[in-house]
Amino acid sequence: MDILYKVFIDPFMQMGAAPDLLVQTMWEGLVAGVLYALIALGFVLIFKASGVFNFAQGIMVVFAALTLVGLYERGIPAFVALGITIVAMYGLAFGVERLVLRPLVNQPDIILFMATFGLTYFLIGLGELVFGGEPKVMIAEQLYLPKGAIDLKILGGLVSLQKIDIAAAVIASIMVVGLGLFFQKTRIGRALRAVADSHQAALSVGISLEQIWVVVWFAAGIVALATGIMWGARSDVSFALQILALKALPVLILGGFTSIPGAIVGGVVIGVGEKLGEFYWGPLLGNGIESWLAYVIALIFLLFRPQGLFGERIIERI
Amino acid sequence: MFYREAGQFKTTYAADMAVFPVLQDRIGIGVILVVAFVALPLFGNDFLINAVMIPFLVFSLAAIGLNILTGYTGLLSLGTGAFMGIGAYACYKLTTIFPNVNILVWVIASGCFSAAVGALFGLPSLRIKGFYLAVATLAAQFFLQWCFIRVPWLYNYNSSGAIEVPQRTLFGLPVTGATATATTRYLVVLTIVVVMTWIASNLVRGRIGRTWMAVRDMDIAAELIGIRLLQTKLSAFAVSSFYCGVAGALMVFLWYGGAESEVFDINQSFFVLFMVIIGGLGSLIGSFMGAALIFILPIILRAAPEALGLPLRAATVEHLTFITVGALIIGFLVLEPMGLARLWQVGKQKLRVWPFPY
Repeated sequence: MDILYKVFIDPFMQMGAAPDLLVQTMWEGLVAGVLYALIALGFVLIFKASGVFNFAQGIMVVFAALTLVGLYERGIPAFVALGITIVAMYGLAFGVERLVLRPLVNQPDIILFMATFGLTYFLIGLGELVFGGEPKVMIAEQLYLPKGAIDLKILGGLVSLQKIDIAAAVIASIMVVGLGLFFQKTRIGRALRAVADSHQAALSVGISLEQIWVVVWFAAGIVALATGIMWGARSDVSFALQILALKALPVLILGGFTSIPGAIVGGVVIGVGEKLGEFYWGPLLGNGIESWLAYVIALIFLLFRPQGLFGERIIERI
Repeated sequence: MFYREAGQFKTTYAADMAVFPVLQDRIGIGVILVVAFVALPLFGNDFLINAVMIPFLVFSLAAIGLNILTGYTGLLSLGTGAFMGIGAYACYKLTTIFPNVNILVWVIASGCFSAAVGALFGLPSLRIKGFYLAVATLAAQFFLQWCFIRVPWLYNYNSSGAIEVPQRTLFGLPVTGATATATTRYLVVLTIVVVMTWIASNLVRGRIGRTWMAVRDMDIAAELIGIRLLQTKLSAFAVSSFYCGVAGALMVFLWYGGAESEVFDINQSFFVLFMVIIGGLGSLIGSFMGAALIFILPIILRAAPEALGLPLRAATVEHLTFITVGALIIGFLVLEPMGLARLWQVGKQKLRVWPFPY
């Protein structure tokens, strides 16, 4: 009975007793969720268009942020560095398409998955070789990102919102809307959706797969850069960020591998669930449950919807 | 010229079913076994045995375990590291609770614990597939690793949070702990690996292995011809985790001599997955080749600049190693997506028809 009380009643009593704390925890979860969602977005873009489960998305985030900061440290003005980084991400997309994807067309998914692992190792080595392995400070001020916090008085308490977090949420929404418009309205966007539906059919109506892949990897690179700037502004730019890629996986399966809104909703659900779980139920189990809670939440969802919340229904034929 | 089966007639069904039907293969495997069992312990130095051969064998065993799941049954798992950890921690608990029982019994028993946990975490595989399942196995990886840190009972309330291997003897010789010689440990590991490989090779050729492969090729079709998915998938998870568990126990008891939970982290899982993919999915010999390549390649790469006389800093060498390993992985995949085992087969076929192209 005692255990039941602690699991099912006590946490809710705590939430009721201190609603401002609840709001604060949920806000933090939301912010973490937005960043997970951004990484998941990069995954979804690539998975939709090429069916590649891109493990390197996490290291692409680090690589983009590191290039930006590294260039700035060498005396290049912030916005020029930003431009060069974007060009570098295009170069990466081009190189990946030419050297990895094209020779591996029509191979099983797992082989392509492994190839992105190779890419991860390569980028870790390259990033450390060129820019050094020590953590760096993101050039948030030079990019005119806001800092400081807003204190809100609600529910009889103080809730403190970091401005950078608000900026992250805004930029994430702009990006999602932008990508949505790009997919729905532009020529390349439509070609991209065609490729996502069927490679063969897209080829047969004259869409160039190679071109689409470059575009998609480039878009994922831009998303990675934005994620890197945001996350880097909250903590440091270091290779530890790469671990984030793993956190994006439960977000992905929750939202479905092929759905952009799914990535966002999944990110928020996982982020908020994780923080609430850690804060209210964590002490029961001896803390640190953040490391696996996200996966268990995703697993429970999966048991009821094997394709994720927004994924396309999986129809199997013999 | 030498590798040709002309004139070797099979006169019994048993001969037709042999693991190595070609005489040259049998000679080859005999030579390898003699080198491994006799020549290496006699002539190998401590570095070779301790830092190359023992890890190679341990990783080969883990790779065989993962290959049974991923290569033969087609279920992608990213929880190998945690299943190895279960083996190691189970073996540690068992041998500290019952110190008088033979350590080999506990190494095998710890595999059974790992198998049970593996089957439990394999349950979602009945409903979810592909990369979705891979992420589900990540739940196992992170949950189990959390247990290794947060459940002090598992490491006997050690203040360091690590497990330290006590000394155990076999036929009067110390095989684990600080006093055990590298050669003894090597021979024990080698024996276990050889026996378990032999068992695996028969498993995958038999009824169970065939049901695994049927499920891999298409599980719905397999179900329609009367293969029970529940038993098949769970047995694959159980056997795979058994192999990984034994590999984990061997790793801690006969190689490291002590371990913290970080040893069994996600990178270990990826490391073993690399070996399986590079070696070749669905191939036992590929598991050995993959383990050799992935484990020994970085050792060579690290030693290479010094041997060539290039003045590079240690950190730079480390980074270059990363770059080279990454590039080589992609290179190997582009060159032969089916892995080293396929290259080996192609090579054998070429030898057979030599000097003609076909």
